[in-house]
Amino acid sequence: MAGLMAGFGHYTHAVVRGIPSSLAKEALRSCQAEVDVAKARREHDAYVEVLRTRLGLEVVELPADESLPDCVFVEDAAVVCGDTALITRPGAESRRRETEAMKGALKDLNLNIVEMTDENATLDGGDVLFTGREFFVGLSKRTNQRGAEILADAFKDYAVSTVPVLEGLHLKTFCSMGGPGLIVIGSSEPAQKTLKIMQQMSDHRYDKLTVPDDLAANCVYMNLPNKGHVLMHCTPEQYPESVKVFEKLKDHMLIPVSNLEKVKVDGGLTCCSMLINKKANN
Amino acid sequence: MTTEAGSETEVKEKAEESAAQPDQSEKASEETKEVANAEGEEKEKEKEKEGKEGKGISRYLPTWLKKQKSQSQTSPTKEAPPTEEPVAKVTQEEEGPAPEVNGQAEEVEEKEEVKSEQVKEKEAESHSNTSADTEPAKEEKVDESTEKSPEETKKEATEGEGAEEEKKKEQEGEKEAKEGGGEEGQTSIFQSPLRLVRKNKMKLVVCHVTLLDGTDFSCEVEKRAKGQFLFFKVCEHLNLLEKDYFGLTYMDSHEEKCWLDPTKEIKRQIRSNNWQFAFNVKFYPPDPSLLTEDITRYLLCLQLREDVASGRLPCSFVTHALLGSYTLQAEFGDHEPDQPRPLDYIGQATFAPNQNKEMEEKILELHKSHRGMTPAQADAQFLENAKKLSMYGVDLHHAKDSEGVDIMLGVCANGLLVYKDRLRINRFAWPKILKISYKRNNFYIKIRPGETEQFESTVGFKLQNHRSAKRLWKVCVENHSFFRLNAPEPPTKARFLTLGSKFRYSGRTQAQTRLASSLIDRPAPNFERTSSKRISRSLDGAPVISITEATAENGREPHLELQSDSKSPGCSGLPQSPLRVHGDNIYVRHSNLMLEDHDKTQEEVLKHQASISQLKRSFMEAPPPSPPQPNQWEKRLTSSPATSIRIQQQQVSLEEEIASVLFSRHSAAGFYSADETDCSVPEATLDAVICSASATVCSSSSSPQKLLISSTISAAEVVEPQTEAAPADNTISDTKEPAKTTEVEIEETVVVQEVSRVAKPGVVTVTAGLPAAEQETRKQEVRVVEEEVMLKEEVKPTKQESVSSESESEEEAEYHPNMPIAQIPEEKEEEEEQEEMKKKEEVEEDVSVPDAPSIPAEEETNRAEDDVKKIETEESTDDPMVTPDEAPNGVLPPEEGLAAPTLEKEEPKVNGEASLVEAEPRPQVICCSEPPVVKTEMVTISDTFAAQKTEIATKEVPIVHTETKTITYEAAQLDGNGDGEPGVLMTAQTITSESLCTTTTTHITKTLKGGLSETRIEKRIVITGDCDIDHDQALAQAIKEAKEQHPDMSVTRVVVHKETELADEED
Repeated sequence: MAGLMAGFGHYTHAVVRGIPSSLAKEALRSCQAEVDVAKARREHDAYVEVLRTRLGLEVVELPADESLPDCVFVEDAAVVCGDTALITRPGAESRRRETEAMKGALKDLNLNIVEMTDENATLDGGDVLFTGREFFVGLSKRTNQRGAEILADAFKDYAVSTVPVLEGLHLKTFCSMGGPGLIVIGSSEPAQKTLKIMQQMSDHRYDKLTVPDDLAANCVYMNLPNKGHVLMHCTPEQYPESVKVFEKLKDHMLIPVSNLEKVKVDGGLTCCSMLINKKANN
Repeated sequence: MTTEAGSETEVKEKAEESAAQPDQSEKASEETKEVANAEGEEKEKEKEKEGKEGKGISRYLPTWLKKQKSQSQTSPTKEAPPTEEPVAKVTQEEEGPAPEVNGQAEEVEEKEEVKSEQVKEKEAESHSNTSADTEPAKEEKVDESTEKSPEETKKEATEGEGAEEEKKKEQEGEKEAKEGGGEEGQTSIFQSPLRLVRKNKMKLVVCHVTLLDGTDFSCEVEKRAKGQFLFFKVCEHLNLLEKDYFGLTYMDSHEEKCWLDPTKEIKRQIRSNNWQFAFNVKFYPPDPSLLTEDITRYLLCLQLREDVASGRLPCSFVTHALLGSYTLQAEFGDHEPDQPRPLDYIGQATFAPNQNKEMEEKILELHKSHRGMTPAQADAQFLENAKKLSMYGVDLHHAKDSEGVDIMLGVCANGLLVYKDRLRINRFAWPKILKISYKRNNFYIKIRPGETEQFESTVGFKLQNHRSAKRLWKVCVENHSFFRLNAPEPPTKARFLTLGSKFRYSGRTQAQTRLASSLIDRPAPNFERTSSKRISRSLDGAPVISITEATAENGREPHLELQSDSKSPGCSGLPQSPLRVHGDNIYVRHSNLMLEDHDKTQEEVLKHQASISQLKRSFMEAPPPSPPQPNQWEKRLTSSPATSIRIQQQQVSLEEEIASVLFSRHSAAGFYSADETDCSVPEATLDAVICSASATVCSSSSSPQKLLISSTISAAEVVEPQTEAAPADNTISDTKEPAKTTEVEIEETVVVQEVSRVAKPGVVTVTAGLPAAEQETRKQEVRVVEEEVMLKEEVKPTKQESVSSESESEEEAEYHPNMPIAQIPEEKEEEEEQEEMKKKEEVEEDVSVPDAPSIPAEEETNRAEDDVKKIETEESTDDPMVTPDEAPNGVLPPEEGLAAPTLEKEEPKVNGEASLVEAEPRPQVICCSEPPVVKTEMVTISDTFAAQKTEIATKEVPIVHTETKTITYEAAQLDGNGDGEPGVLMTAQTITSESLCTTTTTHITKTLKGGLSETRIEKRIVITGDCDIDHDQALAQAIKEAKEQHPDMSVTRVVVHKETELADEED
């Protein structure tokens, strides 16, 4: 059995959820944009396909719920680390019920479920950056201090540092992990500032990969058997300059994934799946 | 004989005080020597004086002054009739309470040394020089017999012997410590305690040490043993070589856990008769796999198991289970399916704070997967996992941020962590921290400016009380030293009259201990694991365990190390490095290494102490400063901040300071105490006549309550500095702008500096007529002083940048984790200065006043140094307190009372002027100003948000903390001629008690005008406290005392400056 904090990026399962038609009109978004649901679904299907066939993960697909327009963004409903799953209390009122289905799915995967019951706490999974050694929780419009505290309580092994999210919806809107000890970060000033804070707050050293586009910094890293480092990132059509940066990662298997539609409702690549490592727990 | 009586009381008081100061460090005793020296001299001179001067004022004169006079008049005075001494000694002995015998004896011994010095017996001199090292008992006795009347001799001799023996023992103890440090010296370590016990006439005390496996280890130690003696005994018992990661703890009187300082006497630390200790990990190695020996890892495991079980080291369910399973594997070996599961054991054992069946089952389940793992491997795995826990090695302290929000400060290998609840909200890595300091219950760190920032920032936290602030500070100092330095900060050449705790980490750093352990060359020692004691049934390596048990006894014997390798293989199932070759040479080398290190320190400390005593003496003997010399003072004054940089590197701790203060007060009068920190007696403060400080100190000082009393000789004088000071205060309050405040301070400092430059001629020289040896020493000191001066000069231009501040009391201290930026440039200046000074020395005849007073300047600079950006608001108190009754430690004003007037008197004489003695101080209240309100700002960046918006932060957090009131009582007088004549900073004294802190500073200014010499003495008494202070009483008391002390002077002006904290959230 793997020891504490071993195997960052090892995943066996992924939980995803379908896109409801309500997404087009009702999903929350920071800037007005028309979303083509059909296009979004095609995008999403391609995304899930990559997880399932290309990467060989066991994909648990939850049905879309029309009453939850944002339900495709499963990342926000829970934080899973090791065999513990913290069911969040999303900051957006309209999204609170998204956690129900997620909780069921995670239970079925035999994870230890921790629920965030505190009425004063809010936390979106998109604000939680797990680096393999510690958590950074972005304090944003969706996530508050109390939510971060509960997360810290749920994952006692790890340091949980709070960082301000000055711009963008979530912390992971402009950063994510690109490998063990590698933080992919957008080049905007707020993003860089946030990175500085994270570096200051951490006992560990992180390399950074700065991409020109903040949104391109949201990518999905995995470390899979027989595949090694895998990085799902934006497509050249969307962010050509940033892709050039990703292409410098020689050790990574790079998988460009289109995200043109979902991004209109503030959805990043990480948002669309909940990755789980079941092997870690026997 | 009046004098005799005086000394008697002195002695008595001293004894009492020493008894009352359980906190004194070992060094205190050493300092005592110096004091004793001074005392001895003093007494002699006093007596002579008696003969010459008879009665009158001389009664009030401080002994040292009298002595001085006598010296200048008759240089041979030095040769004191030996017969006089014994009387004092006798009284001393007789009056010393039984338990204090040790201390007394030592003092006596010291006195003898002094005398021999004075008499200039060659033998004696050599003795005194070498005594610290060689302790020639015979010589000692000879001295005694020559000097003592027959009846006394016997007693004295025994006493002396006792002292000697004790000293010897101490030395042995030290040696042991060193050897212990050198690991291989264990044989001797082992033996010496026994020897001690045999020889010992001293009282032995049984210490109980709770070991990490929960067992109790008791051993006898001599009552005056130092912490390291006990620690080494424990390590020896544990057969532990990599001991630097560990330490002993005790519970203080407030039920708080404290680390036993190895360099200080145990007795003085524990403060009670509870000789109960615990052996604990003090520094958690970030990577336990780098430890050399399994036994070390095992002990670390034990500590961590305890940490985990108690919840101190929080971890998740899975981690609890995982760690528990490794514990099982290490203790029981492989899981045996056929055997009944050791669930009972698991049930008994605690693996987690909220352990349940589920966890126990998980533990067992995981245990199965560890099959084949040796205990050592299991321990290693345990540690590999434990070390990754975020709270591993983090020492948490409760605190509040500037807004009164509860936070936790965590000290660890990498720096300082700030937590709010469980969340890390900020982190200050050691390299980012320029200075760590505490003042009363405030703890400050000064942060190196970031790439984009221009200024350093200071972050302040409030702790529950000053004890916790100090404890936190100490932990920081130690952790920084251990993990960040290659070697502990070397003690500076001379520790000069600084204030504040000089506590430094005294052990080996991690780098050193790693090096040392890489040299460990013994066969892996056998040791017994906890459970194997409890459970006979063996598991995995059944044979292994039995062997372990069989050899366990040997294993504990220190001689084990010397055993041949053949014994060890196979023992205990610990992996043995085949490369290990038993080599005595290596051991020896190793221990030598340690010894060297230690010796140096010791020597330096001694040297330094000698120099202090010399300094004191020279100060006392020096004719009062002639007009230019005041500038000298100023120079030093201003220079001191720089000094502090060095001084702070001392290992000497506060308690020592305190001790010496107490002693010195009796003997040396106020001067010595100037550099001392903590006397906690308000009364004393007021009494301390010769206390001094620059006005700047006051004006800039944020201390909440100031009671300024200036007494002036013969109308004439304006208390210039003071006047300056008050406005400064006002300025602060008015402007509300931190930046401005700082500026004000700086300006003042600069002024001072200029003055001092003008005054170049005023140089520190050695007075003729002192014993040669003394002269030499003094010269050394002088040099040091010069350095300080140069430092200061460097400091000034750079202003805030490199200025280090100095603390003013036990309640504050600071530490510079990084070398001051300016240090290198300073070096150059130092040299220049030195040359200059040398020249001056030649020219100068007068001995200028030594350095005691220099300290306040540091404060000054301290203030100035506060970044423009951040101003630390001091928490202020309600009332000035001068209530003598409140003084925890009884004080004896008599001496001090004597001291001051003399000074004044003398000065005129030196100038060749008759002193204008006008009796009758008549304070008249003239004005009473409206209470201005000081609005100060404390900017605390306790989380990253604030850090981010730096610019805003300053404006955003304006918190009105204090109310300030200044009342000036002024006598009608000519105020005109305060032409900026720089005053002489005579002394500064800070007395601190639990609830209040009193700082008395005296500024003496002399002006020579139209043939008239005027001496102005400005006393500044700053009283700060947490509780109510009757300030009226304080004022009355202060005035009264001022009058008493300077009967020939009139009080012309009294300024009461009150600062009250308006909204003190905590307290």
